[in-house]
Amino acid sequence: MDWTFLLISTIKIVGLVFLVILPMVAYSVWAERRVSAAIQDRVGPNRVGIAGLLQPMADGLKFILKEDFTPSHVRKTYYWMAPALTMIPSLLTCAVLPFGSRLFGEKMVIADLDVGPLFVFAIASLSVYGIVLAGWASNSKYPFFGGVRSTSQMISYEISLGLSIVPLLMIYGTLNLGEIVQNQAVNGWALLPLWGESLSFQGFLLAIPIFISFVIFMTSIFAETNRLPFDLPECETELVAGYHTEYSSMKFALFFLGEYAAMIIGSGLAVTLFFGGWSLPFGWLAPESTAAEVPWWHGMIHIGTFFAKVVAIILFFIWIRWSLPRFRYDQLMRLGWVFFFEIAVANVILTAIILMVVK
Amino acid sequence: MAIVVKRPKLKWWEQLYLPAIFKGLGITLRHFIATVRGKKKVTMQYPEEKWNDHLPEHYRGAPALVTDEQDRERCVACQLCEFICPPRAITIKPEEIPNDDKWAKVEKRPKEFDIDMIRCIYCGLCEEVCPEQAIYLRKDYSITGTSRAEMVHDKKRLYEIGGKRVGLVNKWNELK
Repeated sequence: MDWTFLLISTIKIVGLVFLVILPMVAYSVWAERRVSAAIQDRVGPNRVGIAGLLQPMADGLKFILKEDFTPSHVRKTYYWMAPALTMIPSLLTCAVLPFGSRLFGEKMVIADLDVGPLFVFAIASLSVYGIVLAGWASNSKYPFFGGVRSTSQMISYEISLGLSIVPLLMIYGTLNLGEIVQNQAVNGWALLPLWGESLSFQGFLLAIPIFISFVIFMTSIFAETNRLPFDLPECETELVAGYHTEYSSMKFALFFLGEYAAMIIGSGLAVTLFFGGWSLPFGWLAPESTAAEVPWWHGMIHIGTFFAKVVAIILFFIWIRWSLPRFRYDQLMRLGWVFFFEIAVANVILTAIILMVVK
Repeated sequence: MAIVVKRPKLKWWEQLYLPAIFKGLGITLRHFIATVRGKKKVTMQYPEEKWNDHLPEHYRGAPALVTDEQDRERCVACQLCEFICPPRAITIKPEEIPNDDKWAKVEKRPKEFDIDMIRCIYCGLCEEVCPEQAIYLRKDYSITGTSRAEMVHDKKRLYEIGGKRVGLVNKWNELK
Protein backbone atom coordinates (compact mmCIF):
# COMPACT_ATOMS: atom_id res chain seq x y z
CA MET A 1 0.00 0.00 0.00
CA ASP A 2 1.64 3.20 -1.09
CA TRP A 3 1.14 6.50 0.62
CA THR A 4 -0.27 8.48 -2.29
CA PHE A 5 -3.08 5.98 -2.72
CA LEU A 6 -3.83 6.10 0.98
CA LEU A 7 -3.79 9.89 1.03
CA ILE A 8 -6.01 10.26 -2.04
CA SER A 9 -8.47 7.69 -0.72
CA THR A 10 -8.64 9.48 2.60
CA ILE A 11 -9.27 12.79 0.86
CA LYS A 12 -12.01 11.20 -1.21
CA ILE A 13 -13.63 9.54 1.80
CA VAL A 14 -13.52 12.66 3.95
CA GLY A 15 -14.58 14.86 1.05
CA LEU A 16 -17.50 12.71 -0.02
CA VAL A 17 -18.79 11.38 3.27
CA PHE A 18 -18.14 14.21 5.68
CA LEU A 19 -18.26 17.22 3.40
CA VAL A 20 -20.99 16.15 1.01
CA ILE A 21 -23.17 13.27 2.24
CA LEU A 22 -23.57 14.36 5.86
CA PRO A 23 -24.42 17.99 5.04
CA MET A 24 -26.77 16.63 2.37
CA VAL A 25 -28.43 14.50 5.04
CA ALA A 26 -28.88 17.53 7.26
CA TYR A 27 -30.20 19.64 4.43
CA SER A 28 -32.51 16.96 3.10
CA VAL A 29 -34.19 17.05 6.50
CA TRP A 30 -34.55 20.78 6.06
CA ALA A 31 -35.80 20.30 2.48
CA GLU A 32 -38.23 17.68 3.68
CA ARG A 33 -39.70 20.11 6.18
CA ARG A 34 -39.86 23.03 3.79
CA VAL A 35 -41.28 21.03 0.88
CA SER A 36 -43.82 19.24 3.02
CA ALA A 37 -44.84 22.61 4.41
CA ALA A 38 -45.28 24.02 0.93
CA ILE A 39 -47.32 21.00 -0.14
CA GLN A 40 -49.57 21.45 2.88
CA ASP A 41 -49.90 25.23 2.34
CA ARG A 42 -47.71 26.00 5.35
CA VAL A 43 -44.43 27.86 5.70
CA GLY A 44 -42.07 25.47 7.46
CA PRO A 45 -38.93 26.35 9.42
CA ASN A 46 -37.87 29.79 8.19
CA ARG A 47 -36.52 31.45 11.33
CA VAL A 48 -32.96 30.24 11.85
CA GLY A 49 -30.80 31.95 9.26
CA ILE A 50 -31.98 33.04 5.84
CA ALA A 51 -35.05 30.98 4.87
CA GLY A 52 -34.30 28.69 7.80
CA LEU A 53 -31.07 27.46 6.25
CA LEU A 54 -29.34 27.18 9.62
CA GLN A 55 -32.16 25.04 11.02
CA PRO A 56 -30.14 21.78 10.65
CA MET A 57 -27.36 23.29 12.81
CA ALA A 58 -29.88 24.25 15.45
CA ASP A 59 -31.41 20.77 15.32
CA GLY A 60 -27.99 19.16 15.59
CA LEU A 61 -27.08 21.34 18.54
CA LYS A 62 -30.34 20.41 20.22
CA PHE A 63 -29.67 16.71 19.68
CA ILE A 64 -26.17 16.99 21.13
CA LEU A 65 -27.26 18.96 24.17
CA LYS A 66 -30.22 16.75 25.00
CA GLU A 67 -29.94 14.19 27.76
CA ASP A 68 -28.83 10.84 26.36
CA PHE A 69 -31.27 8.74 28.30
CA THR A 70 -31.04 4.96 28.46
CA PRO A 71 -34.17 3.38 29.92
CA SER A 72 -33.57 0.81 32.64
CA HIS A 73 -35.46 -1.98 30.90
CA VAL A 74 -33.34 -2.15 27.74
CA ARG A 75 -30.56 -4.55 26.82
CA LYS A 76 -27.72 -2.09 26.97
CA THR A 77 -25.15 -3.57 24.58
CA TYR A 78 -27.52 -4.03 21.67
CA TYR A 79 -29.35 -0.83 22.53
CA TRP A 80 -26.10 1.08 22.11
CA MET A 81 -25.03 -0.83 19.02
CA ALA A 82 -28.26 -0.42 17.06
CA PRO A 83 -27.99 3.27 16.05
CA ALA A 84 -24.44 2.76 14.78
CA LEU A 85 -25.54 -0.31 12.85
CA THR A 86 -28.14 1.69 10.95
CA MET A 87 -25.86 4.61 10.24
CA ILE A 88 -22.65 2.82 9.22
CA PRO A 89 -23.96 0.59 6.39
CA SER A 90 -25.72 3.56 4.82
CA LEU A 91 -22.45 5.47 4.71
CA LEU A 92 -20.36 2.45 3.68
CA THR A 93 -22.40 1.90 0.53
CA CYS A 94 -21.36 5.23 -0.94
CA ALA A 95 -17.88 3.78 -1.42
CA VAL A 96 -18.73 2.33 -4.82
CA LEU A 97 -20.88 5.15 -6.19
CA PRO A 98 -19.08 6.99 -8.99
CA PHE A 99 -19.89 10.60 -8.17
CA GLY A 100 -17.85 12.09 -10.99
CA SER A 101 -15.74 11.10 -13.98
CA ARG A 102 -12.20 12.13 -13.20
CA LEU A 103 -10.66 15.04 -11.40
CA PHE A 104 -6.90 15.72 -11.76
CA GLY A 105 -6.48 12.21 -13.15
CA GLU A 106 -8.18 10.55 -10.20
CA LYS A 107 -11.32 8.47 -10.63
CA MET A 108 -14.10 10.08 -8.65
CA VAL A 109 -15.12 6.95 -6.82
CA ILE A 110 -13.79 5.79 -3.47
CA ALA A 111 -13.52 2.10 -4.33
CA ASP A 112 -13.65 1.17 -8.00
CA LEU A 113 -15.03 -2.32 -7.35
CA ASP A 114 -16.11 -4.69 -10.11
CA VAL A 115 -19.08 -5.82 -8.01
CA GLY A 116 -20.65 -2.39 -7.42
CA PRO A 117 -24.39 -3.13 -7.09
CA LEU A 118 -23.74 -6.42 -5.28
CA PHE A 119 -21.58 -4.59 -2.73
CA VAL A 120 -24.29 -1.99 -2.23
CA PHE A 121 -27.00 -4.58 -1.68
CA ALA A 122 -24.82 -6.71 0.58
CA ILE A 123 -23.92 -3.78 2.83
CA ALA A 124 -27.31 -2.07 2.68
CA SER A 125 -29.04 -5.22 3.83
CA LEU A 126 -26.93 -5.05 7.00
CA SER A 127 -28.83 -1.98 8.09
CA VAL A 128 -31.81 -4.21 8.83
CA TYR A 129 -29.83 -5.48 11.82
CA GLY A 130 -29.71 -2.02 13.29
CA ILE A 131 -33.46 -1.72 13.16
CA VAL A 132 -34.13 -5.24 14.38
CA LEU A 133 -31.68 -4.83 17.26
CA ALA A 134 -33.18 -1.48 18.16
CA GLY A 135 -36.64 -3.00 18.21
CA TRP A 136 -35.60 -6.03 20.19
CA ALA A 137 -33.18 -4.41 22.62
CA SER A 138 -35.67 -1.70 23.53
CA ASN A 139 -37.64 -4.41 25.32
CA SER A 140 -40.91 -2.64 24.78
CA LYS A 141 -43.93 -3.46 22.66
CA TYR A 142 -44.02 -0.73 20.00
CA PRO A 143 -40.32 -0.88 19.10
CA PHE A 144 -40.67 -4.66 18.97
CA PHE A 145 -43.50 -4.44 16.45
CA GLY A 146 -41.52 -1.93 14.44
CA GLY A 147 -38.48 -4.17 14.41
CA VAL A 148 -40.45 -7.24 13.37
CA ARG A 149 -42.21 -5.35 10.63
CA SER A 150 -39.03 -3.90 9.24
CA THR A 151 -37.33 -7.31 9.18
CA SER A 152 -39.93 -8.87 6.96
CA GLN A 153 -40.37 -5.74 4.89
CA MET A 154 -36.70 -5.20 4.17
CA ILE A 155 -36.03 -8.86 3.45
CA SER A 156 -39.03 -9.06 1.12
CA TYR A 157 -38.10 -6.00 -0.87
CA GLU A 158 -34.43 -6.88 -1.12
CA ILE A 159 -35.42 -9.67 -3.49
CA SER A 160 -37.26 -7.45 -5.92
CA LEU A 161 -34.58 -4.79 -5.51
CA GLY A 162 -31.88 -7.23 -6.53
CA LEU A 163 -33.88 -8.75 -9.36
CA SER A 164 -34.96 -5.40 -10.74
CA ILE A 165 -31.46 -4.37 -11.75
CA VAL A 166 -30.59 -7.70 -13.40
CA PRO A 167 -31.90 -6.50 -16.81
CA LEU A 168 -29.55 -3.51 -16.63
CA LEU A 169 -26.60 -5.71 -15.78
CA MET A 170 -27.50 -7.96 -18.72
CA ILE A 171 -27.66 -5.00 -21.08
CA TYR A 172 -24.39 -3.41 -19.95
CA GLY A 173 -22.62 -6.69 -19.28
CA THR A 174 -20.68 -5.35 -16.30
CA LEU A 175 -21.09 -4.95 -12.57
CA ASN A 176 -18.71 -2.02 -12.36
CA LEU A 177 -20.80 1.07 -11.73
CA GLY A 178 -18.15 3.31 -13.31
CA GLU A 179 -18.30 1.29 -16.53
CA ILE A 180 -22.10 1.39 -16.49
CA VAL A 181 -22.08 5.17 -16.21
CA GLN A 182 -19.42 5.52 -18.90
CA ASN A 183 -21.54 3.33 -21.18
CA GLN A 184 -24.58 5.48 -20.52
CA ALA A 185 -22.64 8.69 -21.05
CA VAL A 186 -21.63 7.60 -24.55
CA ASN A 187 -24.59 5.48 -25.57
CA GLY A 188 -27.60 7.10 -23.98
CA TRP A 189 -29.00 6.90 -20.47
CA ALA A 190 -30.93 3.79 -19.56
CA LEU A 191 -34.16 5.75 -19.39
CA LEU A 192 -33.30 8.20 -22.18
CA PRO A 193 -32.02 6.16 -25.17
CA LEU A 194 -31.81 9.12 -27.53
CA TRP A 195 -28.15 9.16 -28.64
CA GLY A 196 -25.22 6.84 -29.35
CA GLU A 197 -25.73 3.13 -29.81
CA SER A 198 -29.04 3.01 -27.98
CA LEU A 199 -30.65 5.17 -30.69
CA SER A 200 -31.86 2.03 -32.46
CA PHE A 201 -34.84 -0.29 -32.58
CA GLN A 202 -33.29 -2.53 -29.95
CA GLY A 203 -32.54 0.44 -27.74
CA PHE A 204 -36.14 1.63 -27.85
CA LEU A 205 -37.44 -1.90 -27.17
CA LEU A 206 -35.06 -2.25 -24.23
CA ALA A 207 -36.47 0.94 -22.74
CA ILE A 208 -39.62 -1.04 -21.86
CA PRO A 209 -37.99 -3.54 -19.48
CA ILE A 210 -35.74 -0.78 -18.17
CA PHE A 211 -38.76 1.32 -17.30
CA ILE A 212 -40.37 -1.64 -15.52
CA SER A 213 -37.08 -2.16 -13.67
CA PHE A 214 -37.04 1.50 -12.74
CA VAL A 215 -40.54 1.38 -11.23
CA ILE A 216 -39.73 -1.77 -9.23
CA PHE A 217 -36.33 -0.40 -8.20
CA MET A 218 -37.68 2.91 -6.98
CA THR A 219 -40.56 1.29 -5.08
CA SER A 220 -38.18 -1.18 -3.47
CA ILE A 221 -35.81 1.64 -2.50
CA PHE A 222 -38.75 3.35 -0.82
CA ALA A 223 -39.47 0.15 1.08
CA GLU A 224 -35.80 -0.45 1.92
CA THR A 225 -35.31 3.02 3.34
CA ASN A 226 -38.56 2.80 5.30
CA ARG A 227 -39.96 5.86 3.59
CA LEU A 228 -43.61 6.55 3.14
CA PRO A 229 -45.72 4.94 1.70
CA PHE A 230 -43.85 1.99 3.21
CA ASP A 231 -42.85 3.40 6.60
CA LEU A 232 -44.57 0.66 8.56
CA PRO A 233 -41.61 0.06 10.91
CA GLU A 234 -42.07 3.52 12.36
CA CYS A 235 -45.60 4.55 11.50
CA GLU A 236 -46.51 7.16 14.06
CA THR A 237 -50.23 6.48 14.07
CA GLU A 238 -49.91 2.85 15.13
CA LEU A 239 -46.51 2.36 16.76
CA VAL A 240 -45.72 5.68 18.47
CA ALA A 241 -42.37 5.99 16.66
CA GLY A 242 -41.69 2.34 15.85
CA TYR A 243 -38.25 0.93 16.48
CA HIS A 244 -36.76 4.16 17.82
CA THR A 245 -39.49 4.91 20.36
CA GLU A 246 -37.14 4.37 23.31
CA TYR A 247 -34.28 6.40 21.88
CA SER A 248 -33.46 10.01 22.59
CA SER A 249 -30.86 12.64 21.80
CA MET A 250 -27.94 11.71 19.52
CA LYS A 251 -28.87 8.03 19.33
CA PHE A 252 -32.25 8.97 17.91
CA ALA A 253 -30.52 11.42 15.59
CA LEU A 254 -28.31 8.59 14.30
CA PHE A 255 -31.38 6.60 13.28
CA PHE A 256 -32.74 9.69 11.63
CA LEU A 257 -29.48 10.41 9.83
CA GLY A 258 -29.13 6.77 8.85
CA GLU A 259 -32.54 6.82 7.24
CA TYR A 260 -31.75 9.94 5.25
CA ALA A 261 -28.27 8.72 4.35
CA ALA A 262 -29.80 5.50 3.02
CA MET A 263 -32.19 7.64 1.04
CA ILE A 264 -29.33 9.64 -0.47
CA ILE A 265 -27.35 6.52 -1.34
CA GLY A 266 -30.49 4.96 -2.81
CA SER A 267 -31.01 8.07 -4.92
CA GLY A 268 -27.37 7.93 -5.94
CA LEU A 269 -27.75 4.33 -7.03
CA ALA A 270 -30.93 5.11 -8.98
CA VAL A 271 -29.16 8.01 -10.69
CA THR A 272 -26.14 5.84 -11.48
CA LEU A 273 -28.15 2.98 -12.89
CA PHE A 274 -31.00 4.73 -14.67
CA PHE A 275 -30.11 8.38 -15.26
CA GLY A 276 -26.55 8.13 -16.44
CA GLY A 277 -24.80 9.00 -13.19
CA TRP A 278 -22.49 11.99 -13.62
CA SER A 279 -22.98 12.26 -17.38
CA LEU A 280 -24.71 15.11 -19.14
CA PRO A 281 -27.50 14.24 -21.59
CA PHE A 282 -26.82 13.72 -25.32
CA GLY A 283 -23.21 12.83 -24.74
CA TRP A 284 -22.06 16.39 -23.98
CA LEU A 285 -18.60 16.48 -22.42
CA ALA A 286 -18.60 12.69 -22.27
CA PRO A 287 -15.12 11.13 -22.03
CA GLU A 288 -14.35 8.42 -24.60
CA SER A 289 -13.68 5.71 -22.03
CA THR A 290 -13.17 5.28 -18.31
CA ALA A 291 -9.42 5.47 -18.88
CA ALA A 292 -9.57 8.71 -20.90
CA GLU A 293 -8.18 11.87 -19.39
CA VAL A 294 -10.78 14.53 -18.52
CA PRO A 295 -10.10 18.28 -18.13
CA TRP A 296 -10.61 19.39 -14.55
CA TRP A 297 -13.53 21.65 -15.32
CA HIS A 298 -15.32 18.76 -17.08
CA GLY A 299 -14.72 16.77 -13.92
CA MET A 300 -16.25 19.51 -11.79
CA ILE A 301 -19.28 19.72 -14.09
CA HIS A 302 -19.71 15.94 -13.87
CA ILE A 303 -19.63 16.01 -10.06
CA GLY A 304 -22.15 18.85 -10.07
CA THR A 305 -24.39 16.95 -12.48
CA PHE A 306 -24.36 13.87 -10.30
CA PHE A 307 -25.37 15.74 -7.18
CA ALA A 308 -27.98 17.77 -9.04
CA LYS A 309 -29.58 14.52 -10.15
CA VAL A 310 -29.38 13.09 -6.64
CA VAL A 311 -31.07 16.19 -5.25
CA ALA A 312 -33.82 15.86 -7.85
CA ILE A 313 -34.47 12.25 -6.82
CA ILE A 314 -34.49 13.22 -3.14
CA LEU A 315 -37.09 15.87 -3.90
CA PHE A 316 -39.07 13.15 -5.66
CA PHE A 317 -38.80 11.01 -2.50
CA ILE A 318 -40.15 13.90 -0.44
CA TRP A 319 -42.87 14.63 -2.97
CA ILE A 320 -44.04 11.00 -2.88
CA ARG A 321 -43.99 10.99 0.90
CA TRP A 322 -46.48 13.82 1.17
CA SER A 323 -48.71 12.53 -1.63
CA LEU A 324 -49.36 8.88 -0.89
CA PRO A 325 -51.02 7.32 2.14
CA ARG A 326 -49.32 4.49 4.01
CA PHE A 327 -49.90 0.95 2.76
CA ARG A 328 -51.61 -1.63 4.93
CA TYR A 329 -49.22 -4.35 6.03
CA ASP A 330 -50.82 -7.16 4.01
CA GLN A 331 -50.94 -4.91 0.95
CA LEU A 332 -47.24 -4.23 1.38
CA MET A 333 -46.38 -7.92 1.55
CA ARG A 334 -48.70 -8.71 -1.37
CA LEU A 335 -47.13 -5.99 -3.47
CA GLY A 336 -43.66 -7.27 -2.70
CA TRP A 337 -44.15 -11.00 -3.06
CA VAL A 338 -47.05 -11.41 -5.47
CA PHE A 339 -46.44 -8.56 -7.87
CA PHE A 340 -42.94 -7.16 -7.83
CA PHE A 341 -41.14 -10.46 -7.43
CA GLU A 342 -42.98 -12.02 -10.38
CA ILE A 343 -42.79 -8.92 -12.54
CA ALA A 344 -39.06 -8.62 -11.88
CA VAL A 345 -38.45 -12.24 -12.91
CA ALA A 346 -40.59 -11.85 -16.01
CA ASN A 347 -38.71 -8.66 -16.77
CA VAL A 348 -35.39 -10.49 -16.73
CA ILE A 349 -36.76 -13.01 -19.23
CA LEU A 350 -38.22 -10.25 -21.40
CA THR A 351 -34.85 -8.49 -21.50
CA ALA A 352 -33.09 -11.72 -22.39
CA ILE A 353 -35.53 -12.30 -25.26
CA ILE A 354 -35.11 -8.77 -26.59
CA LEU A 355 -31.32 -9.02 -26.36
CA MET A 356 -31.31 -12.34 -28.20
CA VAL A 357 -33.99 -11.83 -30.83
CA VAL A 358 -33.69 -8.15 -31.81
CA LYS A 359 -30.27 -7.21 -33.11
CA MET B 1 -79.34 -3.60 10.16
CA ALA B 2 -76.41 -4.81 8.30
CA ILE B 3 -75.35 -2.69 5.38
CA VAL B 4 -73.64 -4.24 2.43
CA VAL B 5 -71.00 -1.79 1.34
CA LYS B 6 -70.79 -1.73 -2.41
CA ARG B 7 -67.21 -1.85 -3.54
CA PRO B 8 -66.77 -0.41 -7.01
CA LYS B 9 -65.30 -2.83 -9.49
CA LEU B 10 -62.04 -1.32 -10.64
CA LYS B 11 -60.91 -1.37 -14.23
CA TRP B 12 -57.58 -3.07 -14.87
CA TRP B 13 -55.78 0.22 -15.23
CA GLU B 14 -57.30 1.47 -12.03
CA GLN B 15 -55.98 -1.62 -10.26
CA LEU B 16 -52.47 -0.69 -11.36
CA TYR B 17 -52.56 2.20 -8.81
CA LEU B 18 -50.36 4.22 -11.14
CA PRO B 19 -53.04 6.62 -12.50
CA ALA B 20 -54.21 7.35 -8.98
CA ILE B 21 -50.63 7.92 -7.84
CA PHE B 22 -49.99 10.39 -10.66
CA LYS B 23 -53.24 12.17 -9.89
CA GLY B 24 -52.19 12.49 -6.25
CA LEU B 25 -48.74 13.73 -7.24
CA GLY B 26 -50.42 16.30 -9.46
CA ILE B 27 -52.53 17.60 -6.59
CA THR B 28 -49.59 17.96 -4.23
CA LEU B 29 -47.50 19.57 -6.97
CA ARG B 30 -50.23 22.15 -7.59
CA HIS B 31 -50.30 22.99 -3.89
CA PHE B 32 -46.50 23.16 -3.78
CA ILE B 33 -46.28 25.53 -6.74
CA ALA B 34 -49.11 27.71 -5.46
CA THR B 35 -47.44 28.04 -2.06
CA VAL B 36 -43.97 28.66 -3.46
CA ARG B 37 -45.27 31.37 -5.80
CA GLY B 38 -47.05 32.95 -2.86
CA LYS B 39 -50.51 32.48 -4.37
CA LYS B 40 -51.72 30.71 -1.28
CA LYS B 41 -51.04 32.23 2.09
CA VAL B 42 -52.47 30.88 5.27
CA THR B 43 -49.75 31.26 7.87
CA MET B 44 -49.17 34.62 9.53
CA GLN B 45 -45.52 35.33 10.40
CA TYR B 46 -46.54 36.26 13.90
CA PRO B 47 -44.07 38.62 15.53
CA GLU B 48 -43.56 40.55 12.29
CA GLU B 49 -47.15 40.47 11.10
CA LYS B 50 -49.75 40.88 13.77
CA TRP B 51 -53.40 40.27 14.07
CA ASN B 52 -54.11 43.93 14.78
CA ASP B 53 -55.55 44.85 11.40
CA HIS B 54 -57.15 41.48 10.80
CA LEU B 55 -59.19 41.11 13.96
CA PRO B 56 -62.92 40.80 13.40
CA GLU B 57 -65.27 43.46 14.77
CA HIS B 58 -66.67 41.16 17.42
CA TYR B 59 -63.26 40.15 18.77
CA ARG B 60 -63.14 39.93 22.55
CA GLY B 61 -59.75 40.93 23.93
CA ALA B 62 -58.68 42.38 27.25
CA PRO B 63 -61.43 44.08 29.26
CA ALA B 64 -60.79 47.76 30.04
CA LEU B 65 -62.45 50.72 31.69
CA VAL B 66 -63.37 53.83 29.73
CA THR B 67 -63.95 57.47 30.56
CA ASP B 68 -66.60 59.61 28.96
CA GLU B 69 -66.20 62.79 26.94
CA GLN B 70 -65.73 64.93 30.09
CA ASP B 71 -62.99 62.62 31.33
CA ARG B 72 -65.24 61.38 34.09
CA GLU B 73 -64.78 57.74 34.86
CA ARG B 74 -67.92 55.98 33.82
CA CYS B 75 -67.66 53.22 36.39
CA VAL B 76 -69.88 53.87 39.40
CA ALA B 77 -68.58 50.85 41.33
CA CYS B 78 -71.90 49.03 41.31
CA GLN B 79 -69.89 45.80 41.39
CA LEU B 80 -72.23 43.97 39.03
CA CYS B 81 -69.29 42.90 36.89
CA GLU B 82 -67.53 41.61 39.95
CA PHE B 83 -70.54 39.46 40.79
CA ILE B 84 -71.15 38.15 37.28
CA CYS B 85 -67.52 37.43 36.45
CA PRO B 86 -67.42 33.59 36.11
CA PRO B 87 -63.75 33.12 37.03
CA ARG B 88 -63.91 35.93 39.60
CA ALA B 89 -61.19 37.88 37.92
CA ILE B 90 -62.55 41.29 38.89
CA THR B 91 -62.00 42.84 42.32
CA ILE B 92 -63.49 46.27 43.05
CA LYS B 93 -63.06 48.49 46.10
CA PRO B 94 -65.67 51.25 45.91
CA GLU B 95 -65.33 54.66 47.50
CA GLU B 96 -67.59 57.64 47.95
CA ILE B 97 -67.01 60.69 45.83
CA PRO B 98 -66.39 63.67 48.18
CA ASN B 99 -69.00 66.44 48.13
CA ASP B 100 -66.68 69.08 46.78
CA ASP B 101 -65.92 67.02 43.71
CA LYS B 102 -67.25 68.10 40.36
CA TRP B 103 -69.03 64.78 39.98
CA ALA B 104 -70.35 64.54 43.53
CA LYS B 105 -73.82 63.68 42.31
CA VAL B 106 -72.54 60.34 40.98
CA GLU B 107 -71.85 59.41 44.61
CA LYS B 108 -69.73 56.35 44.04
CA ARG B 109 -66.61 55.45 42.13
CA PRO B 110 -64.11 52.63 42.25
CA LYS B 111 -61.14 53.24 44.51
CA GLU B 112 -59.43 50.17 43.21
CA PHE B 113 -60.42 48.14 40.18
CA ASP B 114 -58.30 45.05 39.53
CA ILE B 115 -58.73 42.51 36.77
CA ASP B 116 -56.57 39.44 37.13
CA MET B 117 -55.64 38.67 33.52
CA ILE B 118 -54.49 35.18 34.46
CA ARG B 119 -58.05 34.44 35.49
CA CYS B 120 -59.96 36.38 32.86
CA ILE B 121 -61.60 34.14 30.27
CA TYR B 122 -62.61 36.96 27.92
CA CYS B 123 -66.28 35.95 28.11
CA GLY B 124 -67.55 39.52 27.90
CA LEU B 125 -70.19 39.13 30.60
CA CYS B 126 -68.83 42.21 32.42
CA GLU B 127 -69.40 44.27 29.30
CA GLU B 128 -72.90 42.89 28.95
CA VAL B 129 -73.89 43.45 32.53
CA CYS B 130 -72.49 46.96 33.01
CA PRO B 131 -75.34 49.47 33.36
CA GLU B 132 -72.98 52.39 32.75
CA GLN B 133 -71.26 51.05 29.63
CA ALA B 134 -68.03 51.58 31.53
CA ILE B 135 -66.23 48.32 30.83
CA TYR B 136 -65.50 47.10 27.36
CA LEU B 137 -63.59 44.21 25.88
CA ARG B 138 -60.89 45.72 23.70
CA LYS B 139 -58.88 44.08 20.96
CA ASP B 140 -55.68 43.68 22.97
CA TYR B 141 -54.86 39.99 22.97
CA SER B 142 -51.18 39.75 23.74
CA ILE B 143 -51.11 40.25 27.49
CA THR B 144 -47.87 39.08 29.00
CA GLY B 145 -45.98 39.50 32.21
CA THR B 146 -43.09 37.99 34.07
CA SER B 147 -44.90 37.64 37.39
CA ARG B 148 -48.40 37.09 38.68
CA ALA B 149 -48.49 40.62 40.08
CA GLU B 150 -47.68 42.00 36.68
CA MET B 151 -50.62 40.17 35.18
CA VAL B 152 -53.12 42.00 37.39
CA HIS B 153 -54.39 45.06 35.60
CA ASP B 154 -55.07 47.84 38.08
CA LYS B 155 -57.31 50.83 37.54
CA LYS B 156 -54.62 52.98 35.96
CA ARG B 157 -53.69 50.30 33.45
CA LEU B 158 -57.34 49.59 32.68
CA TYR B 159 -58.01 53.23 31.81
CA GLU B 160 -54.82 53.27 29.79
CA ILE B 161 -56.07 50.40 27.64
CA GLY B 162 -59.65 51.67 27.54
CA GLY B 163 -59.14 55.35 26.87
CA LYS B 164 -61.99 57.71 26.19
CA ARG B 165 -65.28 56.55 24.81
CA VAL B 166 -67.67 59.11 23.44
CA GLY B 167 -71.27 58.05 23.34
CA LEU B 168 -74.46 57.46 25.15
CA VAL B 169 -74.53 56.67 28.84
CA ASN B 170 -78.15 56.11 29.64
CA LYS B 171 -78.35 57.14 33.25
CA TRP B 172 -76.52 60.45 33.24
CA ASN B 173 -77.47 61.75 29.91
CA GLU B 174 -79.42 64.94 30.32
CA LEU B 175 -81.58 64.17 27.36
CA LYS B 176 -83.01 61.22 29.11
